[in-house]
Amino acid sequence: MSEKTPEAAIEASNISKIYGSGNTEVKAMVDVSFTISKGEVVGLLGPSGSGKSTLLTAIGLINPPTSGQIRIGRELVMDGPAAKVDVRKFRREHIGYVFQKANLIPFLTALENVQIALEINDVPHKEARERAIALFEYLGIEERKDNLPHMLSGGQQQRVAVARALANKPGLLLADEPTAALDSFRGRQVMELFQKVAHEQGAGVLVVTHDHRSLDVFDRTFEMEDGKLKK
Amino acid sequence: MNLAIRDIRHSLPRFLFTAVGIGMLLMIVMGMSGIYRGLIEDALLLVDKIGADLWIVQHNTRGPFAEISRIPMKVEDRLRAVPGVKNARAFVSHTIQRERMGKPLRIVVQGLSWPEDRGEWIPITNGRFLSAAHFEMIADQSLGFSLGEKIPLGKNTYTVVGLTRNMVGQGGDGIAFFTVRDAVAIQFDNSGEAVRLERDARRSRAVQQDIGNIHPELLNRAALPDIPALAGPMVSAVVVQTEPGADTDKVAETISGWKDVSVHTADNQRNLLLEGSVDKARRQIGLFRALLVIISAIIMSLILYTLTLDKIHAIAMLKLIGARNSVILGLILQQAMILGGLGYILAFYSGKWIFPFFPRRVIITGDDLIGLAFIVLAISLVSSLLGIRKAMSVQPNEVL
Repeated sequence: MSEKTPEAAIEASNISKIYGSGNTEVKAMVDVSFTISKGEVVGLLGPSGSGKSTLLTAIGLINPPTSGQIRIGRELVMDGPAAKVDVRKFRREHIGYVFQKANLIPFLTALENVQIALEINDVPHKEARERAIALFEYLGIEERKDNLPHMLSGGQQQRVAVARALANKPGLLLADEPTAALDSFRGRQVMELFQKVAHEQGAGVLVVTHDHRSLDVFDRTFEMEDGKLKK
Repeated sequence: MNLAIRDIRHSLPRFLFTAVGIGMLLMIVMGMSGIYRGLIEDALLLVDKIGADLWIVQHNTRGPFAEISRIPMKVEDRLRAVPGVKNARAFVSHTIQRERMGKPLRIVVQGLSWPEDRGEWIPITNGRFLSAAHFEMIADQSLGFSLGEKIPLGKNTYTVVGLTRNMVGQGGDGIAFFTVRDAVAIQFDNSGEAVRLERDARRSRAVQQDIGNIHPELLNRAALPDIPALAGPMVSAVVVQTEPGADTDKVAETISGWKDVSVHTADNQRNLLLEGSVDKARRQIGLFRALLVIISAIIMSLILYTLTLDKIHAIAMLKLIGARNSVILGLILQQAMILGGLGYILAFYSGKWIFPFFPRRVIITGDDLIGLAFIVLAISLVSSLLGIRKAMSVQPNEVL
């Protein structure tokens, strides 16, 4: 019986990101290739300035690479700097993001911050609300759903950001230092949540982190240095 | 989910203050249009209310609203004999300035051709029409007279027997209606000293001239209060109403054959008014109004741009999580529309409250309100462009 190769959530092939040209040229990322399978949680480690965030924004379709190819699911989404799909549509349908800062929209309540992610993906208002409430219950913050972001603690804000990232059940979840603003207990809780999402929803999860306390959560880790990936 | 409403809810006091500011600006735009309407209405009031078909004025003049016009009152009788003329009335109108309670008071003295015209066409709010040939008056409320009050003008005292409203002259001064004879008496009122001096002057002129020697009795007559006048009293114009079914143009053509007068139709008088004395004010107000609209648009643009700048991070986040441009466009456009709409409502109600205190009439018509609504819509759309441009240029990576 042959072992079935797990389906790739994301596949990056020789992606590079170069800023400037000539004397001012900066190679932020050089020939990076990797694959993350569906249901897999991968940690991306490395010192500051090593290119982790550049990689994350490139595969998150936020900042296109200079060269190389990115496939999400089976679809070629970036070929060099050229997008092969409607990136904004692709982002809202397939990718969830969590950053070091929660980046919540200040004029929306906690619940509305999650609801908006669903509504812009054409989920009807009522259903969006119900799904958002379910996520809040799951994350243990339902009592804060009507609070504006400035009324929430850093940990609560980050959990709302996680709820927003998970709202559309993305195939790929990208997180950049998601536990930096959290205490160790909450940080651990978030990391375990990512693991749960990966395993239950079959999403590929890539987490940029400095937090070595959560390494056990990852199925694999990559390390970046000077824009290159050390496996 | 309506993002515009939620953003407004989040910064409600600031948004309301901004709307009040915009509302004040729009109220001035609205007021300018109202002042213009008032100007036109005041200018045309007499022409329209008198309901004349033809205006007979001094030869080669444009009539009493455009320049000084003097014609003999007797023309009235000649006109009555013209086929197709139903009635002819003398028209006397002039402005006097007196002092009342230490303040200057300007009165448009309007003569009514007694006894045919007792002022039945005037909208009386209190009191009655004229019922005597002399010493009665109907006054506009803006003059501040009360019913039954006795007003000394010249050597006579006139009783206010009726009050009317919104009857003002071209300059916005309230009209007081008298009989033509009283109106003329008020116009040519001379002081006792002036009369005595004139009598002495008359006597010396008569002495120096041959006629004084030929008719010595004239020297005695010179001392009398009035020398029997050969010339009849003069009036500003005579207004004519034609018989029902009569061809007004034909009647006008007949009268224009007379070499001592000129004939104008009512439409002609209206046009002369609008193209003459009112025209410069109309253009001035029009230009001022256009400037105000531009200023409002600029201020609204800056406000909306600032509101957009405040949301740059949120807009970048919305883009990052995949919001369509229409979501962001909707956010800015809806805020612009709400701001414009709120400003418009505030302008309407604040204007309704403030404009009656203006010294001249401010008339806001339904057409002007609709017109302003479209202007506000256009301003809101145009002024949101700057903010939209900024929002469209925001990159999702600005979140990071």
